[in-house]
Formats: sequence, C-alpha cells, structure tokens
Amino acid sequence: MGHEVVLLASHVSMFGMRARIALAEKGIEYEYKEEDLPNKSPLLLKMNPVHKKIPVLIHNGKPICESLIIVQYIDEVWTDKAPILPSDPYPRSQARFWADYVDKKIYDAGRKIWTTKGEEQEAAKKDFIECLKVLEGTLGDKPYFGGDTFGFVDIALIPFYSWFYAYETCGNFSVEAECPKLILWAKRCMKKGSVSKSLPDPHKVYDYLLQLKKRLGIE
Amino acid sequence: MATGDVKLIGAGASPYVNRVQIALNIKSVNYEFLEEKLGSKSELLLKSNPIHKKIPVLIHDDKPICESLVIVQYIDDVWTSGPSILPSDPYDRAIARFWAAYVDDKWFPLMKELWMAEGEEARAATIEKIVEGLVVLEEAFVKCSKGKAFFGGDSIGFLDIAFGSFLRWLNMTEKMGEMQLLSEAKTPNLVEWAERFCCDDAVKDVLPKTEKLIEIFKIMQARAKAPPSN
Repeated sequence: MGHEVVLLASHVSMFGMRARIALAEKGIEYEYKEEDLPNKSPLLLKMNPVHKKIPVLIHNGKPICESLIIVQYIDEVWTDKAPILPSDPYPRSQARFWADYVDKKIYDAGRKIWTTKGEEQEAAKKDFIECLKVLEGTLGDKPYFGGDTFGFVDIALIPFYSWFYAYETCGNFSVEAECPKLILWAKRCMKKGSVSKSLPDPHKVYDYLLQLKKRLGIE
Repeated sequence: MATGDVKLIGAGASPYVNRVQIALNIKSVNYEFLEEKLGSKSELLLKSNPIHKKIPVLIHDDKPICESLVIVQYIDDVWTSGPSILPSDPYDRAIARFWAAYVDDKWFPLMKELWMAEGEEARAATIEKIVEGLVVLEEAFVKCSKGKAFFGGDSIGFLDIAFGSFLRWLNMTEKMGEMQLLSEAKTPNLVEWAERFCCDDAVKDVLPKTEKLIEIFKIMQARAKAPPSN
C-alpha cells in the first residue's frame, strides 16, 4: 500500500466531506477508500471498533475517528499552511462552540425532515430553519464564520449544503427563502476548490437519499 | 499570560461544572463561583449562554465561554504556564478527545437511561450496557495511561477530567440501586484510577459528596426531571 494518509469515508456523508475539505485545504495527498455502509469493510471495523463509523483517518497506520476530531488533528499535524482553528484562545473557543452546535443540531434536525411526514415533518422543518437562522445570526456580515478566512465552523457546516436540495425536496421548502445570507455564505465557500471538490452534486445526494429511504422502508 | 477577571456560573453538583473547576484548580486560577439555584436560571446565565441556557459558563474578562469541554480546552489554551491538560502529541490529543466524546455521547446517556428505566428487564439491560461501556473505558485506560497513574500520564489530564467528573454520580447510582457498576472484577484499573483521581489535589474539594447527590437525585426524581445535563 505505502500510503501515509488514508481516509475511509462515503461520498455522501457530510462528516466524511469535512475530513476531505481539511485534507484539501492543507494540500495533503491521501488515499481515499469509499465505504459501502451496509457492507462495512474489515479495515473500517478494525480501525473504528467502538463506533464502526466513517470517516476514519488513518495516518501512518494509526486511526483517528470522529470528523471534528479528525479536522483538529489535521490542523495540529500539518501546520505549514491554511490554519483551520484560530490561534487566539477566545476565537478558538468560539469556533469549537459553534462547530459543536452544528454537530448537536443540524444533522438530527435534517434527518427528521426526511424520516417524517405531516405534523412531525412540519415541526422538523421549523426546527431545522431555526437552527440555520441561529447560525446565520452568528455569521453576521462576516465572509466566513471565523472572519476573513475559511475555518473550522465553515468546514463543520458547509457539507450540509450538499444535502439542502434533498431536505428541501423531501420537505417542500426553500432554505434560500428563509436564510438568504447563509446561502450566500455557502456559495462563497463553494468557490474554494477544497470545498467544491469535496461536496457531491446535490442531485446525486437526493438520488442516494431516495435509495436509502427505500432500503429503510420509509415513504 | 492571562490576567483579568474569572467567573464561573455553575452548581456544585453538576459534573460538567466540576470539570471546569478541576481545570481551573490545575492551573491555580482564582475565580468567583456564581452558584445557580437548582431549578431556576439567573439573568446572567441566560444572557451569557442564550443558545443553550445551561451551566457551566466561564466568564473571562466579561467574555463568556460555554460547553464544559470547550471551556476546559480554553483554560488550557490561556493559562499556559500551569501544567498541561491536553497531551502535547497531536495523536494523543485526538485519542483523549475521542474518549471524552465517547463518555459524553455514548456512556453517560446510559446512566440517564438507567435513572429513567422502568421495570427490571429495562434496568438490567441498561446496567449491562453501562458495564460494557466501562470495560471499553478500562481498555482505553490501559492504552492511554501507558502504565502510569492517569489517562493523562503522571498527572490528570483532559480525559481524566471528562470521565472522572462523573464518578460520584456513578457512585450515587450504585448506592441507590444497591449494585456495583465499577467493579474490581471487570475494571480493576479504573477502580484504582478512580480512587487516585478523587484524591488528587485539584479534584478532592470539587467533587460533591455521594450523600449530597443522593439527596439531589431524590428531589429530581420527585420533580420527574432528568438530572443536570450540560
């Protein structure tokens, strides 16, 4: 094999995208291994026995799991370019807080939109939009969450942009109508090669979601 | 070097607050403790943590920092002349963060599940999962400590703080349920580590007494609310 850096992920996973963006930001060469999630590879099960989840970064044979932990690891090892976390402790703490907020809120709220119908779905949409509005509020007029440069919170959140079309189609709503500033931010991020190369086409994500729903027996 | 006013909004019984207190003690930082009353939230708390409205909140030079592990890392980043809380090696840091997340996202929720569990079957099933989790943490301890006293090595570190803050709640649960969760048979290293952790200078005056937690637990059961969440 001989690859110093290996990433186990799945092309539609927002969490895998975070790792890919960070690796691309730092210009790190790595081997990408796509996991078929219903049939997890022996390598994945060996490298992440506790959670059996992607992404897993394998650096010199040693596994690092959990997407935001991977992103911080990448930032701490490859220090020569594109700093991801701010160097000042207070902005660092705010970056960690907001990335944690994205983790706690956005995935579950989004998931509820495509796994529910009727009143439950309406509540899920409301919750999802509310969380995006909170994020929009903290972004303010800054180009990126960290200020002038693309960083940790941007990396935490931007992968979800590739899922917006899927959520919108399932839930019959528009993120842009509710959170126009956030969409402007997302488009700004998409201009970066590290982001555009790491995010799948939203229509492909929607196709994947339809297959997933079939497999899970969800209408 | 940090100067300036340090305030901690919290409650002595909260394991999340205890994490911050331990971290501040490690760094020998003087701070003002603003105790929140059980069941109510002060104006200052709501203003300082409008997003989650939860304790702990550290206020340093009038700037709030929220979420216990974010605060602990902030303390480590600011007070650099004191002993380090996170390991210096990036891989060790990733491992410490991984297990702290495991404790928060996988293991402690099982404890809450146990407190709410109804019926013998549900209780037994949850107890089994809790003990399984402790065995996993026992293995993690052996790997992280590399033969030394703590997850962090010779002195307590990030993971010791993250996990150790739950020890008295664990103890309370064992006493209330008249059973053992942390046992010599299955988790001998953790049993010894737990004792060392609770005796540590930075910890011993912070963790609430088990009897106090039993009292609080009974009040909360009466109110049919879940015990403090972060």
